[in-house]
Order: sequence, then structure tokens, then C-alpha cells
Amino acid sequence: MSDNTVWWAAEDFWRKTAIWVTTGMLLVLMVLTFDSVKQITAGSERVPAYSVINNRIYYKFDQDRGYQVPVIGDQAPLFGAMLTEEQAEALVNKGKMTVQARNCMNCHTLLGNGAYYAPDLTKAWLDPSWGAEVVREQLMIQFLMDPETNARTFGSGRKMPDLEITEEEARGIVAFLKWMSSIDTNGFPHGFKPIAQEGD
Amino acid sequence: MNNPNVSAPQLNGGQQLALKYFTVAMALFVAQIVFGIIAGLQFLYPELLYNTLDFNVNRMVHINAMIVWMLYGFIGSVYWLLEDESGTEVVGLKIGNLAFWVLTVAVTIVVLVYLFIQYGPGTMETIWFINEGREYIEAPRWADIGIVVCVLIFFYNVAATFMKGRWSGISGVLVLDLVALAGLYVFGMVYTTNISVDQYWWWWVIHMWVEATWEVLVGCIMAWGLMQTLGVSRRIVTTWLYIEVAMMFGSGILGLGHHYFWIGTPEYWLSIGGFFSALEPIPLVAMVVHSVYDAGTHGFKSNNHPALAWLIAHAFGNFFGAGVWGFMHTLPQINLFTHGTQWTASHGHLAFFGAYATIIIAVIYIALQKSRGGVWMSEAMPGNGWKWKWSLALLNIGVVGMTVALLIAGYEQSHIERAIEGSTWAGYFAAQMHKWFIQAMQWRMIFGWVTLAGVLLLMWDLLTVGKHETRVIKSLDHRPLPA
Ligand code: HEC
Ligand code: HEM
Ligand code: HEM
Ligand SMILES: [Fe+2]
Repeated sequence: MSDNTVWWAAEDFWRKTAIWVTTGMLLVLMVLTFDSVKQITAGSERVPAYSVINNRIYYKFDQDRGYQVPVIGDQAPLFGAMLTEEQAEALVNKGKMTVQARNCMNCHTLLGNGAYYAPDLTKAWLDPSWGAEVVREQLMIQFLMDPETNARTFGSGRKMPDLEITEEEARGIVAFLKWMSSIDTNGFPHGFKPIAQEGD
Repeated sequence: MNNPNVSAPQLNGGQQLALKYFTVAMALFVAQIVFGIIAGLQFLYPELLYNTLDFNVNRMVHINAMIVWMLYGFIGSVYWLLEDESGTEVVGLKIGNLAFWVLTVAVTIVVLVYLFIQYGPGTMETIWFINEGREYIEAPRWADIGIVVCVLIFFYNVAATFMKGRWSGISGVLVLDLVALAGLYVFGMVYTTNISVDQYWWWWVIHMWVEATWEVLVGCIMAWGLMQTLGVSRRIVTTWLYIEVAMMFGSGILGLGHHYFWIGTPEYWLSIGGFFSALEPIPLVAMVVHSVYDAGTHGFKSNNHPALAWLIAHAFGNFFGAGVWGFMHTLPQINLFTHGTQWTASHGHLAFFGAYATIIIAVIYIALQKSRGGVWMSEAMPGNGWKWKWSLALLNIGVVGMTVALLIAGYEQSHIERAIEGSTWAGYFAAQMHKWFIQAMQWRMIFGWVTLAGVLLLMWDLLTVGKHETRVIKSLDHRPLPA
């Protein structure tokens, strides 16, 4: 190695820079991760407790933030039964596990991540195509258990396959979808037109 | 060998193992493309294999095969350069060989289960034994553990060999990077009910792989490749490598924030993610400048034309696929509309192909040259080298064509589904049914077939290149280590 290399072209200078920059960035990421994980733990302001499925969930425009945010409304227990926090968590967990076991994310997106063959499910619970609030739960269960007969496809012919979802699993999925729709996603999806619900 | 000029191949132990990894990698590459074709066709013909081999299964095999073949390609590349770079024999080669077979059997079982069992009940058993249902890292947990064990063995081979032989700047970066790459995988194994927390850690694997640790790994391979094909000086490539590491990790680590805009994470990520990820193209520019400059100063004279061509394709592909296509949708104001549309798929295709498929193919050409007896692979190859030239052209035209088609579909989807219809179920299909979308899907298939042709031709070339060559190159070893 020649001695007349200027400092900014020297191997040693860049090695040290690489080490310091990497260490610094990792430290910042760690600090931010502690804060973020705290803010997205279920039961926080941004990610509500699982028992939120006992309540009505809206998606309303927020003047201050400039976009729609989930709003938790009155009691409206899922499948007509008020659940404790543990019961709600168990139900949502059943849904989440089924979502992974049936590989839904290789067709759908959740929170915008996944595959692009089928609609985003972030706000599926609030989708206007379920028609009316009173029939929604029933229609969702029916659809999940037999998506072929209950297909809509809007003229595309692209149906969801029959994934042999049991009634118990379907209830879990609906609970999971309802809970997911209450997550504060900074306005994603933008301009979503939610289903009309009591209290709107 | 039927020619006296061509010596019997003198591959070291690491290199023989590398060839095995490359063979499986290329077989999985073909599988990736076949399942990509089926998935692509299902957009146009939704009845195709409906309820038999559904889109999610095809897509899972498509992207999981890709991840696995690329990891095989990287592992193979490292085994290939290990003895040269360390100056000693691979330590623990036997167990390294065993790990290869264990890993390959595990991968085969995983794929068979994907195809024939496909899914299971919503319980932990499915996650342990069938599929984890998490994009790119779908492998069930038993396989995850197997993968980690095999990767640890690989890591032992690498670290122990450098420790016994000599260290260099490149090997130092390589070993540290492998620690990070393997360690990250563990973040992909946790199960949690909370989808926000789930996605938070999932992106640690996916983003920190492709935009940090894999980039640095290919930086190491590129550094070695430039010395190998062009004879660039070690001091120059090492200094560049450090610069690239500083810039890549400096931007890429916090660039992770571009995936934390909409998953429930706090608003500060909008600025942090937007800012740092917008800087990510800078190291990619540096990498292009470096490699093209080096190739230029050496008059593009190289002892391995196919490898050099693929290295150049890598430099540009990385820059365009990751740098330009990534930058285009990385600001939150834009990503709000493009997030989770075909826009993302457009970027995903160009980036994975441009940045990673290309460089692995380049290394395989370098490896084949030696394994076929150090044969001539420059000007005036048999048939004027039509096979490698055409497969290079078909593959690049195919992938770029698909990328453009998906980009058009993505714009249309961002506009109709996202901006106008507000991402409802009906809005989604309004966009999917639009004439422009359907045309884009048709063009994607046309270029998909071109890609398939390119892949098949590439396989033919890899199987035959240099086999009947009678000329040899002067020397493969013109890279003395600094004192
Ligand atoms: C093979 C691809 C595929 C898989 C796997 C799949 N879906 Fe679907 N899904 C679709 C398609 C296509 C539609 C649109 C069907 C229609 O309109 O008739 C759909 C529609 C839906 C809808 C209604 C759309 C909306 O916006 O509300 C819900 C809810 C849904 N799927 C949930 C799931 C869940 C939960 C899973 C996993 C258990 C799953 N899907 C797995 C393809 C799939
Ligand atoms: C070689 C490097 C890269 C590869 C292989 C790559 C690949 C991918 C893939 C496959 C996805 C989709 C993930 C999913 O399935 O959800 C993705 C998403 C994304 N990438 Fe990259 N990428 C690379 C580099 C970059 C860079 C440098 C940038 C920014 C400058 C970038 C910006 C993004 C963004 C913003 C998304 C999110 C898209 C969305 O919101 O849906 N990428 N990338
Ligand atoms: C014949 C050629 C190919 C076809 C027809 C094809 C088709 C597809 C299809 C249909 C999807 C699913 C997209 C969606 O969810 O809507 C997909 C995803 C993907 N493919 Fe391909 N593919 C091909 C080649 C490739 C190649 C060569 C690569 C990279 C080396 C690649 C990498 C990917 C990636 C990374 C994704 C996930 C994208 C994302 O989630 O954003 N594909 N491909
Ligand atoms: Fe990223």
C-alpha cells in the first residue's frame, strides 16, 4: 500500500467509516424499534386491544391528520357475544393462524403486504360490498366457508378457491379482520368508502 | 478431455461443493419460472387449475424457489472463492458436503408438501409442518431449523477456513455480513397474533436481506469477480467495498422505514423511511460507476466474456431495478397509492433479477470455465457464442418487458383502484377489469414466455459451454495478495 494516498482515498479510512456508520445506524434502529414495538403492541392507541371486536369500528376522516382513521364506537359485539380480553384474543388468534395456515397472503394483501391477485383485506370488515351491517357477519362466514357458490368476482371470473375453512376458523377470521380494521394505518387505504353503519 | 491442451479440471474441494450448489440453484431457477408462468396465466384464465393448483400455491413456489436458489447461488459462490481467498483448504469440508445434502433433501420435501398438501388447519401444527404462510419465508418451522443448522455449518466452513488461512478486507466484510444475514432469518420464525408486530419483524428479514446484507454480499462477490475477470487491483476493490458498505448500511438500515408507513407503526417512520430509503440508490450508483469504470479501463478485455457481460448486467440491473424502480415508489406520498399494487411487483421483478439473478449467473460462468479445464471463453467462441449471447438477450428483454408491463398495470391500479375507488373489493375488480390492466397482463405473459426461452437456452449453454473448446486461457491467477 502506498503512503502517498490521500486520506479520503485510503482503505483504512473507509473501513473505519463503514464500521462507525453501521454501528450508528443500528443503534438508532434499536432505539426506534423499542418505541415502535411499544406503540404497536395490542392494547395501545395505534393497535387496539383484541376486545375491540366488542365494539363498532368506523373509518372516518380526521381533520387534524388530514386522512381517515379508525374510530371505535359503541358496543356491537361480534356474533352477538361480549368477550373478555382473553376470549377475544383467542378468537383473533384462531383467525390469524388460519390466515397463515391457508396461505391467504399469497393471494391477498394485509396492511398492503402480500400478493396482488385478490383485494386488500386491511378494511375487509368495513367493505361496502357486504351490503348492510345486519347481514355482514353472516355473509362473511358464508363467503369464507364457500367462496365458490358465494362468488362475486364483479365480472372478472376470478373466484377465491374453496379452502375448506371450518365454521370455527371462519369465525376466527372474521374476528381477526374486524380487529385489523381498527389498526391506525396512517390513512392507508386512502379514500376508502366504508359500509354504512349505525351511528354514521 | 479429448484435447491435449485442455488440462483435467483442477477444482479444489470448496469448488467441487460449489458446483453442487450451483446445479440445484439452476434447477430451482427453472422451477421458479415454470410456476411464475402458471401464476401469470391465472390472471388471464382464472379457471386454470382452480381448486387444484391455486394461485397462492404457484406464487409461493415461484417466490420461495427464487429465495432458495439465490441463497444456494450465494453459498456456492462463497465456497467457490473460499480457498483462493483464504489460501488454504476448506476446513470441515466433509460436514459441509453433508449439510448440502441435508439441505437439498429438506428443500425437496418442503416443495413436495407445498404442492401436494398445500395447506392445513389453523393450528401450530400447520406452521410447524406444512407452511408458515409468510411471503418469501413460507417454509415450515421444522425446515427453518434445518436451514439454520445447515447455514451454521456453512458459516463454520467459511469462518474456520479464513481463520486457518489468511484474512483479507473482502473476507472480513464477507464473514461479518454472513453473520448478519443468517441471524436475520431468525426474526422470520416467530409467530404472533398481532399482524402489525408480525409485519414489523417480517420486514427485518426481507428488507434487511435484499437492501442490506445481500447487497453487501454481492459487493464482496463483485469485488472478487472484478479481480477475477479483469484483474483489477485488490487495493482498489477493497477500498470500494468499504465505501459501498458504509453507504449501503448508512442508507439501507433506516431505509427499512419505507415499509413502516402503513402497518400501524408511528408516523415518524414516514419521514425517516422516506428520507433514508431515498438515499439508497446512491451506493448503487457507486457500484455501477466502479464496475463500468474498471471494465472500461481494462478495455472490456476479459478472459470470460459471458461472465463479464452478466456482471455488467448486474451493475445496471441493480441500479435500475433497486435504485430507480425502488426510488420511484419509496416516498410516502407516492407509496400511499402504489403500495401493494402491481407497481410493487414491477419493482420486485426487476430488482431481484437485475441485482441477484445476474451476478449468480456470472459466477457460474466463471466456475464453469475453470471446471471445464480453464478453457477459452472470450472472442470467437464456437458458434460465435450464440447461446450465451441469446440467452442473455432473451432473459434481459423478457424481464425488462415484464417489468414495463407490470408498471403500466401498476399505474392503472394505483389510479383506478386506489385513488378513485378507494381500495374496496369492488374497486379492486374495477381496476383488474380495466382494458389497460388486461392488456398489461397479456404483455407480461408474452415477455414471460421470452423469459422462459431465455432460461432454457441459458441452461443449455451452462451444460455445454466450453466442452469442446481446445484453446485455454493463459492464467486464471493474476491477483497477488498485498504483502
Ligand atoms: C387462490 C387465491 C386466494 C386465496 C388463497 C384466498 N383468497 Fe380470498 N379472495 C380471492 C379472490 C379472487 C377474491 C374475490 C372473490 C370474489 O369476488 O368472488 C377473494 C375475496 C375475499 C374476501 C372478500 C373481499 C373483501 O375485500 O372483503 C375475503 C374477506 C377473503 N377473500 C378472505 C380470504 C381469507 C381470510 C383467506 C385465507 C384463509 C383467503 N381469502 C384466501 C382469492 C383468494
Ligand atoms: C436489490 C435490491 C432490492 C430488491 C431485491 C427489492 C425487492 C422488493 C420486493 C420483492 C418488494 C415487494 C415485497 C412484498 O412482497 O411485499 C419490495 C418492496 C419495496 N421496495 Fe424494494 N427491493 C430492492 C431495493 C429497493 C430500494 C433500493 C428501494 C428504494 C429506494 C426499494 C423500495 C421499495 C419499496 C418502497 C417497497 C414497498 C412497496 C409497497 O409499498 O408495496 N427497494 N422490494
Ligand atoms: C416467466 C417469467 C415470470 C412470470 C410469468 C412471473 C409471474 C409472477 C406472478 C404472477 C407473480 C405474482 C404477482 C402478484 O402477486 O400479483 C410474481 C411475483 C414475483 N416474481 Fe415473478 N414471474 C416471472 C419471472 C420472475 C423472475 C425472473 C423473477 C426474479 C428473479 C421473479 C420474481 C418475482 C418476485 C420477487 C415476486 C413477488 C413480487 C411482489 O410481491 O411484489 N419472477 N411473478
Ligand atoms: Fe425495502
